[in-house]
Amino acid sequence: MKRCLIIDDSSVIRKVARRIFEGFGFTISEAADGRQALDACVTEMPEAILLDWNMPVMDGYEFLRALRAMPGGDRPKVVFCTTENDLAHIARAMHAGADEYIMKPFDKEIVEAKLQEVGLI
Amino acid sequence: MSQSDYDYLCDFLKERSGLALAPDKEYLVDNRLLPVARRHGRKTVAELIQMLKGPDSGHLKVEVTEAMMNNESYFFRDRVPFDRLGDTVLPDLLRTRALRKKIRIWCAAASTGQEPYSIAMQLDQRAELGGWRVEIAATDISGDAIERAKAGLYSQFEVQRGLPIQMLMQHFEEVAGQWRIVERLRNRVDFQTINLLTDFSRLGQFDVVFLRNVLIYFDRDTKLDVLARVRESLAPDGYLLLGAAETMVGLGDLFKMVPETRALYRPNVAPKKPELALVPGGARVA
Repeated sequence: MKRCLIIDDSSVIRKVARRIFEGFGFTISEAADGRQALDACVTEMPEAILLDWNMPVMDGYEFLRALRAMPGGDRPKVVFCTTENDLAHIARAMHAGADEYIMKPFDKEIVEAKLQEVGLI
Repeated sequence: MSQSDYDYLCDFLKERSGLALAPDKEYLVDNRLLPVARRHGRKTVAELIQMLKGPDSGHLKVEVTEAMMNNESYFFRDRVPFDRLGDTVLPDLLRTRALRKKIRIWCAAASTGQEPYSIAMQLDQRAELGGWRVEIAATDISGDAIERAKAGLYSQFEVQRGLPIQMLMQHFEEVAGQWRIVERLRNRVDFQTINLLTDFSRLGQFDVVFLRNVLIYFDRDTKLDVLARVRESLAPDGYLLLGAAETMVGLGDLFKMVPETRALYRPNVAPKKPELALVPGGARVA
């Protein structure tokens, strides 16, 4: 079963995303900021990561750069999921190594389309 | 709504748009037409139908028809037809049209423009088409949908369904919280309002026709009539793409499926004439 790490400081968003990803057959782990997420990736590298941008301690952009520099950190498909809905942020995320980008608010159909796009379902 | 009102509406829609409304779709009618009724100061769909029967209901006829059409669309819908366009159709056309360097594509039920713009984006990435003239005609029965398509302006939700983020970055610009397809691609598509039940031969001949998710709304005779006229608008060695779930089973042999593909067809060289019953709306009868 594929594993997905959901990284968002909002417990509501994590709960919504968990329900959607579980519906696609993923097992879920959660992190509330980039630092927690990096620790989780050291323990077990997931196949998929859903990543918020603005978070305390370490934001999504810093997390992604650190992840991609880690051993095995090139493997997870990373989908940004953020309210930063402008081309400059999208370009920055893709340049840092994101595979796809979801602009909040989102729904199940959008997540499904993005996961298909990156070959996860 | 009385049975006679429902029957009247069914006949009206069939004649104007080919839409074959099943007997159990009253909920759909209520859902789609109640907002139209309220816009015209009527409380029920039955009252709206009385207006429709009256004189001077020209624009109301358009509104009712458009409200009953399903304009749901999204970029690269079903994916497979676009894969076949890229891996089967285009390579063949690049070879067979190498002398004239011109390809004409028609989206016959373009709705709000996602399909023709998906094609425009896909072709924009094919370096082999440099120096070629590619014309994309996009038509729909709904004037409102065509006006939206011409504007090329989509919500955040619409651009996230089926459109890879790289394509959003390359081909769209932000406009006040929405996303507009860039002018260069907007200018590549010629949008027109056209009812497939009427004569569309003036559009000329095409190399590729996308006729996706529209035949499903027609009864068999209307399907045969539309397919026969689409065949006349298609080059003898052209391609027809249907929706992923659509087939030609039971629709004569005007077209033959390209082996090992889904929903990709070519004209049959010498088809038998299908037997057509009378088709309403002034469409041709073979």
